[in-house]
Amino acid sequence: MATLSLRDVRKSYGRTEVIHGVSIDVSDGEFIVIVGPSGCGKSTLLRMVAGLETVTAGEIAIAGARVNDKEPMDRDIAMVFQNYALYPHMTVYDNMAYGLKIAGTPRAEIAERVNQAAELLQIGDYLKRKPRDLSGGQRQRVAMGRAIVRKPAVFLFDEPLSNLDAKLRVQMRLELRQLQRELGVTALYVTHDQVEAMTMADRMIVMNAGNADQIGAPLEVYERPATEFVAGFIGSPPTNFFVAGDRGRIGVRPEHLRVVDPAGAPLRGRVLNAEPLGAETLVHLRLDDGALVTVRQEAARLLPPEGDEVGLTWEGGREMRFG
Amino acid sequence: MTARDALAAETPPVAHRAPSSRDGMVTRRGRGLWLTHLGLILGVLFIFFPIWLAFVASTVTQAEIARPPMPLLPGDRLLENYGRALRSGVNAPVALMLGNSLVMALGIALGKIAISLLSAFAIVYFRFPGRRLFFWLIFLTLMLPVEVRIVPTYEVAAGFGMLNSYSGLIFPLIASATATFLFRQFFMTVPDELAEAARVDGARPMRFFFDILLPMSRTNIAALFVILFIYGWNQYLWPLLITTDPSMNTIVMGIKQMFPSGDDLADWPVIMATSILAMIPPVIVVIGMQRLFIRGLVESEK
Repeated sequence: MATLSLRDVRKSYGRTEVIHGVSIDVSDGEFIVIVGPSGCGKSTLLRMVAGLETVTAGEIAIAGARVNDKEPMDRDIAMVFQNYALYPHMTVYDNMAYGLKIAGTPRAEIAERVNQAAELLQIGDYLKRKPRDLSGGQRQRVAMGRAIVRKPAVFLFDEPLSNLDAKLRVQMRLELRQLQRELGVTALYVTHDQVEAMTMADRMIVMNAGNADQIGAPLEVYERPATEFVAGFIGSPPTNFFVAGDRGRIGVRPEHLRVVDPAGAPLRGRVLNAEPLGAETLVHLRLDDGALVTVRQEAARLLPPEGDEVGLTWEGGREMRFG
Repeated sequence: MTARDALAAETPPVAHRAPSSRDGMVTRRGRGLWLTHLGLILGVLFIFFPIWLAFVASTVTQAEIARPPMPLLPGDRLLENYGRALRSGVNAPVALMLGNSLVMALGIALGKIAISLLSAFAIVYFRFPGRRLFFWLIFLTLMLPVEVRIVPTYEVAAGFGMLNSYSGLIFPLIASATATFLFRQFFMTVPDELAEAARVDGARPMRFFFDILLPMSRTNIAALFVILFIYGWNQYLWPLLITTDPSMNTIVMGIKQMFPSGDDLADWPVIMATSILAMIPPVIVVIGMQRLFIRGLVESEK
């Protein structure tokens, strides 16, 4: 358990800089999610913290000590990989024990720690199996177990849930978060899924093309996105952007738009189609200037027929402007 | 039921699914099946007949072989002929030559595997100047088999005083571009995350090599061992050059030397017994490794 701090961390491959300086102080036990589209540099950032990529400039410190030039094993971290990276020829037990064995931990202590972790993750029955005899969810647990037994200062997760099916992903999401709280370990979690980021993070780093566009608590980021990119990336369906008369280009979230009578409305458009989702309905419209807009409204509200001309309105405080 | 219970109850993909898919594959019945079998049996008889003749010839007397028609059923001299071959042979006792061949074939097979595993490991997992150049240099040696470079190789071996020795029989044949290439291709299919996970677990490169890469390559090693053992066992030209002392002869060149030259009388029963004996070790290796080989293939299936 420890703090983690990044000071203007940069990464270049040759002359191409891919991370343009990221700084954050992570406090002890905090769960930080790095989120962004593919190619934004989020995995590179994580791998730099892990020690699998060199740091071009800046400083990474774990528990106050600079770790830039340390090997991964000396950084007191544990990592869970996207494809789990379990050793295929070893049993589940050996997979989890391998790191401890190398560290020269006494046999009895290894057994105790592995069994403890196995119990915590409910994989005690599978300890003698090989990874290929396990389902995706079980492999995921073993990968997590391998990280837990080392009792690291920082947990690193590289899209650990993206190979699971949707239902399992939701379960594991909750469970992983709960586990991290129980153990109280500082965690850095990379994902491209903004729902995962919103639901799991204490704070999130929204990455955009090598920049940390915004760092903050999920709801704060949702309510007050720092850039147009963040506003568009966080939230599903995404924020609508359109030109509203002399107020210029603004963004309004779908739930803040209301379909009203065209007469006197600030904006007008045609209904393309409506998607009833049960509790709510998504209404897709095309504005007169060609922009596509999505409105999220309660299912009880009247559904405008397709092709109808309607008006759009929103509360003045809900519009977002980016320079 | 909590989320965790639901997950734990989820069944793993166990192996019993495999047989059902196989059922559909080999269920040809009727005349086609019999014809196939007939063809295969004829093929086996065709291949096996010369070996049978050699076996028959190794169990009769010289006179019986010389008198036509040649016998087609084994005689009563089996123990006597084989005993004579093993103990005295023609130039050197066959038992000794079998031993020499075994040492050479094992040395070549194991040496080739060890060297090519290490060089493939270096080429795939390490960045060093001239990496590509070295790879292509190794690859280039594929075009230079022993026969092409035999004179300079002999010169070097003689210079090291390796004539008439096991090291002379083994070392010049030990480098293998084919095996290096094969292991390189295999290592390249091993996900990078595995090496990274090992690094995070604290494994240094050689530890990763022995603990993870080596066990994962065991099927490839088994297959290569079979091929390379037979390659080593069948060496003829090189042992012929490098050994002059009959006590260092290998079995394959020994058989050739037993053939009569000029007016000598050939001891055919002993020669045939020697041939049969020379066949046994490769057959044992093939049959013995086949089981491990197939098991390995099935196990590593993901």
